[in-house]
Amino acid sequence: MESNLLGISFAGLSLENPTILASGILGYTAESLKRVAKGGAGAVVTKSIGASPRAGYPNPTVVQAEAGLLNAMGLPNPGIDVYSEEIKYAKTVLRVPLFVSVFGYSADEYASVASKAVEAGADAVELNVSCPHVKQTGAEIGQSPKFLSEVVEKTKAAVNKPLIVKLSPNVADITVLAQAAIEAGADALTAVNTLKAMAIDTETMMPILSNVKGGLSGPAIKPVALRCVFDIAEQFEVPIIGCGGITDWRDAVEFFLAGASAVEIGTAVADDDEVFRTICRGIETYLRKKHYGSVKEIVGLAHRK
Amino acid sequence: MPTANNAIRMTEIVNVRTESPTVKTFTFTDRLCGKAKPGQFVMLWLPGIDEIPLSIMDVNNGLVSVSVKAVGDATRHMHNMEAGTLVGVRGPFGNSFIESRGRVLLVGGGTGTAPLLFLAKQLSAKTERLSFVEGAKTKDELLFVRELDGICSGKNLITTTEDGTAGLQCLVTQPLGELLDKERFDMIYTCGPEVMVKKIFEMTEQRKLPLEASLERLMRCGIGLCGSCVIGKYRVCRDGPVFTAAQLREVADELGISKLGFDGSRIPV
Repeated sequence: MESNLLGISFAGLSLENPTILASGILGYTAESLKRVAKGGAGAVVTKSIGASPRAGYPNPTVVQAEAGLLNAMGLPNPGIDVYSEEIKYAKTVLRVPLFVSVFGYSADEYASVASKAVEAGADAVELNVSCPHVKQTGAEIGQSPKFLSEVVEKTKAAVNKPLIVKLSPNVADITVLAQAAIEAGADALTAVNTLKAMAIDTETMMPILSNVKGGLSGPAIKPVALRCVFDIAEQFEVPIIGCGGITDWRDAVEFFLAGASAVEIGTAVADDDEVFRTICRGIETYLRKKHYGSVKEIVGLAHRK
Repeated sequence: MPTANNAIRMTEIVNVRTESPTVKTFTFTDRLCGKAKPGQFVMLWLPGIDEIPLSIMDVNNGLVSVSVKAVGDATRHMHNMEAGTLVGVRGPFGNSFIESRGRVLLVGGGTGTAPLLFLAKQLSAKTERLSFVEGAKTKDELLFVRELDGICSGKNLITTTEDGTAGLQCLVTQPLGELLDKERFDMIYTCGPEVMVKKIFEMTEQRKLPLEASLERLMRCGIGLCGSCVIGKYRVCRDGPVFTAAQLREVADELGISKLGFDGSRIPV
């Protein structure tokens, strides 16, 4: 059976397969998350949730780039108090682990939102310390080892579930931030969030996104994300979730070989909500062909010297 | 992933036509949207203002028309636009109405009539009979009456207004009930305020009649990623905007009741 080859466990979580819905894609409602889970995801991550409601930015919030997508949604979310009800409902309809993505404007806020998410039933918390387009949160925290450790430490103390820290690629050396997160108590890392980017229209001579700058996702960023995972895996033992431009099984396998234990898929979901199942089948075929008994056996193999 | 229809194309508004005191039709050139089917929509970028989803009202030789009611900042801004204004276009997006033969009935409310006019034009030569029921608040807001009158050859067009200034003084659902009981229809299409759509859905369900309804939700990405426009498990931008009776049954607890607001919380429709 598939689950024998693809089943993984990390940071105390058991997943039937290593493909996970990335945060920000669908992810508001339990019904949307259920649909993605039915498409074969081994776990799902919600939209990033904060302490209070946020409407996000006006459109355009999405612009197509050469080999990917730029977005600056602006962290729209209903706030954890309202969203707790959705988490509770999601837990009744989902048969895969539910990760709640959390952001805040201070370490205390991160900790408080995370604690409420866990209280409502989150199986794990993923800290968004890497959103590149909202001021005073996200990457503005995740780019500073000092702020990052404070946030991770406080949140870790507030929750009794696995704490995953989603890192930003918009730094000189991602391993410095990885180390800060690990030392502050992160159980796993997700690498990476979107790359800070922009688009300009030549006719109007204006930036297209209403927020001017946003985050680039999709195939364009895959080689960057892969390098980030490789760099972290080279130095640390921590479980890593690879994220960035994964579209097919070959992309996923590259991330495993670089050192990821699981992968998150986002942009590719728009075109095919069965993308998780398709990728899992491909990974399975690859493992059989290469005579491996489990996806766990290929994690980090690209580091062999 | 990158697709031709999701790339922004800059184009000029070539014509603006006033349809009613609150509705104007804007026409622009776009090769891809020029091939759009009835029911599909475009994302129109108004540089510096907003980007909004708009149903396509007509395509003709590469010319694309959208009818817009001034209801918010972006649409009020559009009403001040003149020919020559530069806009960005993405699309066409979404599915479309499935063409039916035989006897068809279209029910439009307010600007919901726009995509149905596009559909009616395509269906008129192919169907045995085409009937149209159109409702509005008042006479001035009854859209495209002359065009529809031509397509429906007069007697198959019923108009209603809430204030009785034109047609029957009632909601569209009143003559619709009589029509559905009196005549046989092979397909019913509707677009309009969601409370109206819900009522029509209940009426066709009671009579076990097929229905296709175009729905509206807050939209951001237009390509099925952001989740802003979901109803039940469906994304209106990608799985819709046109839904069958079978799909509407699956989302009956949200249809005409709730949608997601800008912050993703559930708000009344």
